[in-house]
Amino acid sequence: MTSRRQFLKSSGALVIGFSLAPDLALPQASPARLPGSLNNNRMLDAWLRIDPNGSVTIFSGKIELGQGIGTALSQIAADELDLDLKRIAIVHGDTALTPDEGQTAGSLSVEQSGTALRFACAEAREILLSAAAAKLGTSPGALKVADGTIAAPGGASLTYWDLAGDAQLKREATGQAKPKPPAEHRWVGKSIARRDIPKKFTGGAAYVQDIRLPGMLFGRVVRPPSPDAELVSVNEAAVRGMRGVVALVRDGRFLAVAAEREEQAVRAREALKKAAVWKERASLPPAGDALYEHMMALPVARQTVTEKTSAASAPAVKSLEARYTRPYQAHGSIGPSCAVAQWQEGKLAIWTHSQGVFPLRADLAKVFGVEPAAVRCTHVEGAGCYGHNGADDVALDAALLARATGGRPVKLQWMREDEFMWEPYGSAMVMKLAGGLDSQGNIVGWSHELWSYPHSTRPGASAGVNLLAAQHLANPLLRQLPADVPQPAGGSDRNSIPLYELPNVKVVKHYIPEAPLRTSALRTLGGYANVFALESFMDELAAAAQANPVEFRLRHLKDPRARAVIEAAAQRAGWTRKAPGDGTRGRGFAFARYKNLACYCAIAADVTVDRKSGKVRVTRAVAAVDAGQVVNPDGVVNQIEGGLIQSASWTLKEALRFDRTRVTTRSWADYPILRFEEVPQVEVVILNQPNERFLGVGEGAQGPAAAAIANAIANATGVRLRSLPFTPARVKAALA
Amino acid sequence: MAKFSVWVNGERKTLSVDADTPLLYVLRNDVGLNGPKFGCGLAQCGACTVLVGGKPVRSCVTPMSAVKGPVTTIEGLGTLDKLHPLQRAFIEEQACQCGYCGNGMVMSAKALLERNPAPTAGQIRRALNGHLCRCASHNRIVRAVQRAAKEMRS
Repeated sequence: MTSRRQFLKSSGALVIGFSLAPDLALPQASPARLPGSLNNNRMLDAWLRIDPNGSVTIFSGKIELGQGIGTALSQIAADELDLDLKRIAIVHGDTALTPDEGQTAGSLSVEQSGTALRFACAEAREILLSAAAAKLGTSPGALKVADGTIAAPGGASLTYWDLAGDAQLKREATGQAKPKPPAEHRWVGKSIARRDIPKKFTGGAAYVQDIRLPGMLFGRVVRPPSPDAELVSVNEAAVRGMRGVVALVRDGRFLAVAAEREEQAVRAREALKKAAVWKERASLPPAGDALYEHMMALPVARQTVTEKTSAASAPAVKSLEARYTRPYQAHGSIGPSCAVAQWQEGKLAIWTHSQGVFPLRADLAKVFGVEPAAVRCTHVEGAGCYGHNGADDVALDAALLARATGGRPVKLQWMREDEFMWEPYGSAMVMKLAGGLDSQGNIVGWSHELWSYPHSTRPGASAGVNLLAAQHLANPLLRQLPADVPQPAGGSDRNSIPLYELPNVKVVKHYIPEAPLRTSALRTLGGYANVFALESFMDELAAAAQANPVEFRLRHLKDPRARAVIEAAAQRAGWTRKAPGDGTRGRGFAFARYKNLACYCAIAADVTVDRKSGKVRVTRAVAAVDAGQVVNPDGVVNQIEGGLIQSASWTLKEALRFDRTRVTTRSWADYPILRFEEVPQVEVVILNQPNERFLGVGEGAQGPAAAAIANAIANATGVRLRSLPFTPARVKAALA
Repeated sequence: MAKFSVWVNGERKTLSVDADTPLLYVLRNDVGLNGPKFGCGLAQCGACTVLVGGKPVRSCVTPMSAVKGPVTTIEGLGTLDKLHPLQRAFIEEQACQCGYCGNGMVMSAKALLERNPAPTAGQIRRALNGHLCRCASHNRIVRAVQRAAKEMRS
């Protein structure tokens, strides 16, 4: 294993030392708040290093997962340091090298890491300039920087690399250096091509699946056939004797094999599956509509999320109620989860596509009873994860198996069915909405009541271990009963509080911490279902008020940025007052500000409904987004477009299948997703706000997309669908 | 074990593997290629697609004993220094997020452009309909194939 110190040494840098644990050095009095993740990683040299060879390395705790964060962060750093983009190298998510920024989640990477790097780099530039000024005998203000070369008025110059030894970055950031005004940005605001893409289309080593270490073995797991199955017996000898099999691990109901060749590991897995005898229990909730009744009947606390009353409001003359549902849905990564693990001299090295290498390290250390320092987790990209999928779990699987291989590294990849049967799903949810209109058709009352399982059971909790196999061991490690993510971001109740100006609002949640089917963060957490319900209900109220849905939304909104995205989407879509569709074609509209904190997004969707088959097609969608200052416009477009289409897939097609004992979704045949011929044309309008702070964009489109589709179907057919997904069978039944 | 002699990206490879070994594992682990990906092992997603004798096949379900022609993978199309027009177009259109499915998209597009040098958007969608993309880069992928087709015609 390479330590950061060795890494820095071997890379030839003049270092500046290592200081990733500055908290120890801080005075007890709470220190001044620093921008973004600088607040938790306060030393400048934790964020960047000037290399004598003429490059600058930036360090981020946020990881690349195909969202282009490496490119966006480089743009920010290059601007603050006056560097050509090519000079910037980036190291992401490595417990030995980078700051701890928790999870790469919640659409927070640019907000947290980008902000930290912006201020750290601005301050580093000031330090470099003041060192240069002392050497050149001038004042920092008289100096000009071009691509790392600092020039004094008389023509004398120095470079950052000349100063690498003198400029002290081993110090706590002050957060006082002033970042560049937008007018001076050379890189931020441009659609710079992503740095991770070329290798992905030329067979480069781009993914954890592409890691090959000397002596590496291939591993596979055999999971129980159902969540609560107990292992009765297993004929290990039959598998141990198979050609190529090097190790077989059986610990409680955890089973895994390692073999010299990958196909041998796959074959051994099949044999081990056959050799295992299980006792299964019917521990799962009922499926279909009965699931929602089941959830609503569970004895859990009723918690008020928000309550606002106004005595002055007019009485309601019309009241509506509606219940919306969302099934369990899967992340469904195209590449099953994978990790490489190696044990050497009591130390564990893991290569992982986890979204949080530090939280993963914390849980692994607990499982193996070692200090976190004995575990190094290095992030390497995997297939897109869309939240908490099997990435962390497979890291523990690989580490458990690698303990039995005498120091040889193991690459363990799940099979397709492992992924579908064992990833933590997006929770099923029920949303009951009620509202009242006054005689003017304005909303005077609003109530949103929801039922949900957990949305965040990631590793790194203060107590317990949130890794799948830890629960399967002979001596299982306790899992903490997960708490809901608190407001204002919210978890189950994310986006349940309307942004609309309403006199009376009540939001109540029934959070169900005990989940018979493991659930965790799927893009947007509860936001997708809550926005689907909220924005569907807005349309139902608009219809009851005989109002145009766009005008109705604007009527209840003051926030100028919210209004602007609604107007922009309506304008680009060519929204008109034209009322119902012709029975088969319709248009719907929806809006949300993700988490009520991140980007604003409004979507207009056009659908066609085949009344005979019940098949719905989204033909075109227009999204308008305000993400504050935009670092990489094409990156924003890609996130919004991808999120919108992924949401169309969730909305039209996706529901996990299970019976009372087993998850029965095993392959893509059991879990259809949107295909090329079903994908809508998408246009994205960006409302750039160069003087505003960054607003996360990765989860902005999903909620509004679902509601816009539901509203478009209602517009086309006059029939309101409230139960996701809108499969042909369900649509056909509703139209009958 | 059986001995196989296979042309991979213009190089002759002699391999001793079991006859039922999926071509995918041989390409990844014996030949050392990264392009073809394991996605489902069931021929459902397309991430493992390679060309055998110019035709796209799902290498995850193709046993070595069934490989009857020269194999081309994405590495065989071009390199970082000398990109194939399809690779260049996918990069220029920024036609992915995670990119895990990208190998299959490029390889099936290659086969499509061989038989139809000027496909319409609809024809491209049809040709790629058996490939899954979860990040939802579909529209970018279609544009990339159109861009490559245009460059290859000129």
